[in-house]
Amino acid sequence: MNAVSVSRRSFLAASLAGGAALTFEAKLAFAAAPGATEPAMLGVFVSIEPDNSVTILAKNPEIGQGVKTMLPMLIAEELDVAWSQVRIKQADDDGAKYGPQFAGGSMTTPLNWLPARQAGAGARAMLVAAAAQQWGVTAASLTTSEGTVKHAASGRSITYAALAPVAAKMAAPDLEKVALKSPKDFKIVGKPRPGVDTPAIVRGEPLFGIDAHPAGMLYAAMVKCPVISGTLKSFDDAAVRKEKGVLAVVPITDGEIPAGKHNAVAIVGDSWWRVHKAREKLSVQWDTTGFDGFSTEGYTAQAKALLGAAPTADLFKAGNADAALAKSAKVVTADYAYPFLAHATLEPQNCTALWHEDGKLEFWAPTQDPATARGDIAKVLGIDPASMTIHMTRIGGGFGRRLMSDFMIQTACIAKAVPGRPVKLLYDRTDDLRNDYFRPAGWHRMTAGVDAGGALVALKDHFITFGENGKPMRAAGMLASEFPGPALPDVHYGVSYLKTNVTTGWLRAPTSNAVAFVFQGFLDEVAEAAGTDLPSLMIKTLGAPRKFPSADPDEPAFDTGRARGVVEAVSKFAGWTGKRSATPGKGRGFGFYFSHRGYFAEVVDLTVKDGAITIDKVWVAGDIGSQVINPLNAEHQMQGAVIDGIAQAMVWQPIEQKAGAVTQENFGDFPLIRINQTPGDVAITWVVTDNPPTGLGEPTLPPVIPAIANAIKDATGKRLRCLPLSLA
Amino acid sequence: MAISLTVNRKARTVDVEPDKPLLWVLREDLNMPGTKFGCGAGLCGACTVILNGEAVRSCQTPLADAAGKDIVTIEGVTASPVGAKVVAAWTALDVPQCGYCQAGQIMSATALLTASPKPSADEVTAGMAGNICRCATYLRIQKAIAEASKAIAGASA
Repeated sequence: MNAVSVSRRSFLAASLAGGAALTFEAKLAFAAAPGATEPAMLGVFVSIEPDNSVTILAKNPEIGQGVKTMLPMLIAEELDVAWSQVRIKQADDDGAKYGPQFAGGSMTTPLNWLPARQAGAGARAMLVAAAAQQWGVTAASLTTSEGTVKHAASGRSITYAALAPVAAKMAAPDLEKVALKSPKDFKIVGKPRPGVDTPAIVRGEPLFGIDAHPAGMLYAAMVKCPVISGTLKSFDDAAVRKEKGVLAVVPITDGEIPAGKHNAVAIVGDSWWRVHKAREKLSVQWDTTGFDGFSTEGYTAQAKALLGAAPTADLFKAGNADAALAKSAKVVTADYAYPFLAHATLEPQNCTALWHEDGKLEFWAPTQDPATARGDIAKVLGIDPASMTIHMTRIGGGFGRRLMSDFMIQTACIAKAVPGRPVKLLYDRTDDLRNDYFRPAGWHRMTAGVDAGGALVALKDHFITFGENGKPMRAAGMLASEFPGPALPDVHYGVSYLKTNVTTGWLRAPTSNAVAFVFQGFLDEVAEAAGTDLPSLMIKTLGAPRKFPSADPDEPAFDTGRARGVVEAVSKFAGWTGKRSATPGKGRGFGFYFSHRGYFAEVVDLTVKDGAITIDKVWVAGDIGSQVINPLNAEHQMQGAVIDGIAQAMVWQPIEQKAGAVTQENFGDFPLIRINQTPGDVAITWVVTDNPPTGLGEPTLPPVIPAIANAIKDATGKRLRCLPLSLA
Repeated sequence: MAISLTVNRKARTVDVEPDKPLLWVLREDLNMPGTKFGCGAGLCGACTVILNGEAVRSCQTPLADAAGKDIVTIEGVTASPVGAKVVAAWTALDVPQCGYCQAGQIMSATALLTASPKPSADEVTAGMAGNICRCATYLRIQKAIAEASKAIAGASA
């Protein structure tokens, strides 16, 4: 291997830095001869066009979190071009070439903050080297600005476009060593940049998965087993095949869809409206044996019984919680609960696929995790992962639902039955709600001990959740290192598991959206018992700045100093006094949470009138490190996440089950938040700390939920311990 | 049976079942996918179009009911001065997050501001409460409506 290919390899390797251990081959596309009229590729993300505009590939799925704009901002900054020169294109799924390409866990920023900038800086270094060679000067004597290389000593300048064909043939630099800008020199990062797709969205252009329309496309609708995990016994399609527009009926039973069993019968035809309507002519028998006993009532009764018994397993144990509680000056105990929830992305689940005649499979998919889908599809259909092409569409809401592969596997099964014709599977709203990977319900019995000095000294949590074989189901766990456990001498977090037939999954700020409510709601009760308020109790319990390692080795430590920073910032921002509200019907509450590497503290002001709760204002203090990359989008994400949290706390109703089947139908019985329920204002302040920038898709959401519960207590004296919060 | 209607000032004729909802006629038969499917029950507003000047849910409007009517969709909304100002405000304030509901939001806002160029806060709430935004861009939607209202007042002053 020669030196050039080694450095090219490191060019790619750097774009994976911090990511999962992926294997890949260096496959850089480089431009042809000098003088070419084609764009010149500099690395895998950047191509310089002959008109000196720059096309930058956006590698991650765009679900509304703004990464299609944010990642190219990082590259363009270090490439040193003007933002107006930049065109952005969505990349296809190719992890070997681009590195990790998922939208989950608010991880795009932490995983790409350095690699994306290094990719831009590497391309810039190649352009500078080309100019140095052309002019016979040192690279150090050259500067760049807005897509031009300049040599001050001679007054010469040359555009990137003129250099690109030569630059594309230069050895790629070692990205570990390439110089990066000092943040004080940023011209693109840190400035508000509107979403790259906004103009196309407001023109109604076909951007989303549901809009994909490859030539000759067919449509598919499904009849799903009403009970998740039930299987297809038999079906009679004689009548449905006679319906206008129906071309094929396809059972979907191939293998087991990972971590869920979603058997269905698909009807394929020339119009989705026709095939969807034709469903009533299809007669299907399902086998739901063993799954039809699960119900909401059953879970609640079982959880209640388990709460009174000892936990079946320990999550975290330190000291002797029972002994410490016995010695405590005051003991507080309370039960908290939260329900199953659906994701309810506004764009229903859908996918388009074409099974080519040669057996290759092509997707147009609104997926948050194309690499996992590729692997799952390969496994279920027994095909080579490399035989698939996945085009990533814009996504009409993700919230974690589209991290799952079920809708893509189903589409692949249907496409296989109609080779040579693209086919789009689209769920209707009811199927979308009933065949989700739900946020699991949970129950907690919390007990705390406070000493004579008002300090929290002992804590117990018996957590009832859903699990199998002694392990929580997906998104049903809780970290053993959940704060304040590691800060206390005597702690016992225990767990007991219930069984369910439904599939569970990650809902925006997964586990945190539930655990924050329980812990911060309960700590508000503890603060009250200790004769103080929650921010004061938090500061006392956080203690001196220190780090508690996460029980999950992939997660960062909890930094009590950063936590304290946002608690103090929001208290100042909102003018928190710790005094009870003096106005009848008005209440104020506080909540803190650390999740997805972000530290957030929030204060809620609300009004209760005739049992109706109105959120007046929310104050947010956030610490996501040293740099907010796109302030316009950051504000948007935070306001959206706060309102999403308000929805989870007060608007959304539980997903319920009877005889194994989920009963919710549509937005009538699973209501989403509307403009009339929106708070008057969501005000934001930043705590900037010397830490690498982290993501904003999720961490703003959890604290608002307990802050609302705590504000309702302040306004009414009623402590609500069950979601959704209701005074009815 | 062929049915004629006017979509974005163009005469169109479609030969499909008369009970096919206008939403699916637009998306499947007229190649206009800007109007979105969200719930199929008139509950979310993603499919909102303007029919003879009124915001309607196209998923609940059979083609037969749209026969001979004037329909404006997101693809043609900027042809009206109010629609153009709404779209301009939406763009300037960067309202969309995922963007899926925004066609419906823009159509409802256009109908609202056409009927009431200076809407009160309650009128905005009433006019927009039928449109769900799952990303909760409501604060920016409120601002964009205020901005568009100002622009309309400025243009007619």
